[in-house]
Amino acid sequence: MRYPAALRQDLGNIIAVTIWTTVEDLAERIPDGARVALIRDGCGIAMAVTYALIRRKARDLRLVNMPTGGMQTDLLIGAGCAVELETSGVSLGEYGPAPRFAAAVTSGSLAIKEATCPAIHAGLQASEKGAPFMPLRGILGSDIVRVRHDWRTIDNPLGDGGDPLVVIPAIAPDIALFHCQMADDEGNVWVGRERDLVTMAHAAATTLVSVEERYDGNLFADPALAAGTLSSFYVSAIAPCPQGSLPLSFAGHYEGDVEALRAYATAARTEEGFRTYLAQRVLAGTGP
Amino acid sequence: MLADARHIAVGVSSPLPASAALLAKHRSGGALRVSILGDPSNTFWSDGGKELFDCAAQGRVDAFFFSGAQIDGQGNINLVGIGDHPRAKVRFGGSYGSAFLYYMVPKIILFRPDHDPRVLVPKVDFVSAAGTSPPGVWRRGGPYALVTGKAVFMFNRDRGRFRLVSVHGGATPEEVRDATGFDFDEENEVIDTPPPDETTLSLIRGTIGKEISMTYPDFARRTLGVAV
Repeated sequence: MRYPAALRQDLGNIIAVTIWTTVEDLAERIPDGARVALIRDGCGIAMAVTYALIRRKARDLRLVNMPTGGMQTDLLIGAGCAVELETSGVSLGEYGPAPRFAAAVTSGSLAIKEATCPAIHAGLQASEKGAPFMPLRGILGSDIVRVRHDWRTIDNPLGDGGDPLVVIPAIAPDIALFHCQMADDEGNVWVGRERDLVTMAHAAATTLVSVEERYDGNLFADPALAAGTLSSFYVSAIAPCPQGSLPLSFAGHYEGDVEALRAYATAARTEEGFRTYLAQRVLAGTGP
Repeated sequence: MLADARHIAVGVSSPLPASAALLAKHRSGGALRVSILGDPSNTFWSDGGKELFDCAAQGRVDAFFFSGAQIDGQGNINLVGIGDHPRAKVRFGGSYGSAFLYYMVPKIILFRPDHDPRVLVPKVDFVSAAGTSPPGVWRRGGPYALVTGKAVFMFNRDRGRFRLVSVHGGATPEEVRDATGFDFDEENEVIDTPPPDETTLSLIRGTIGKEISMTYPDFARRTLGVAV
């Protein structure tokens, strides 16, 4: 199994201090070959870090969508950063299908691990609990079960025989990467109601976060904020990055950049159009 | 179809079902709860996206909607691709929550505005979610109805087949059969689908249209004629 050397070290030594750093440094902290968990559209996509990852020519990433992907996933695939994707679905939402994802799957250049949303939640929850798997009802008869050779169907061990269930192996990403409203000096991160970010962070070996702003004080000191706070214990580095989700929306904070999203959806339909978009809007810039 | 539901959930990219759900909510006088993914004023989740699936798993969601790149006569749906997996001839987004919700939600209503034999096929190329299950497999939910631009079918779970119950706008059952790639049963008397009355239409174009435009501005403007 491929395993990034830098991360193996991190796993053995719990990082005591969360580092405040730059977006570029966050991208450096995601080694080639890492298994990276990414949140779904609108809920805190670290787009600026994604651009920095593409600029540093990241390779062989194994992406895990929590539980679906959009432009971020399509961009990383199109730019040649990913070799594998575990997902329940990828689309550009109201802007249409995800063309680079579709091209990479049909050409065979991207290994696809088909899933269904609750299975990804269950796999990350298993990792969160240190359990080898999580059982799920339903799904049986779907071709997803047929093509996922790592999934198993077992009879309910607490039943009287029969009652088949699908077991989903733990999904243990090396890194959870997302964007949030704020983090405090100690590195505690406020995720608000986006609890899936907490699941991702617990499941991953470590978490990297970009934030809109720095919070003056300790997030745990205010009970209302504490309930939506992820402890710095799980987080190794944070970068300040106002509007760090653009051109995607950040729910409750700002809308997406409609012009850029439309332009991407159109350009990415062809390999050539995608290359031009990448050169002009991603590689040439220093921000999103 | 939605009159007796307590909680209807609607997934992404589903403006038509979202409109129907909001109409049902309006008619219920507030007794019905509607959760629309992507619409913060119509979602109560505070435990992340998993809360929808956990709710459904416990039987707390009564109705949900799916479309399909392909839908077959046994109620199987395909949201993955045309041709052999993984290197399909045409690749779609993926199965999303369908494989799971199809088992959990009592009424899954399939919708597909374009009624086309290339969509309504004898057998889907990839089963994202299975329409029926063998005996002994725990299952609460499944396909309930299929609504297209031409007709309404109800699904019989014991037979694993659709039954044509009504046709829209003067179409005939023969026309529907010609436009459908799979075989289906027919109600003894296939009726014309009753069109919405004036009150319902103005409700859809007014109150419902305004509310849906918060999540689907393009749809509200183009399809419902709402000024946004």
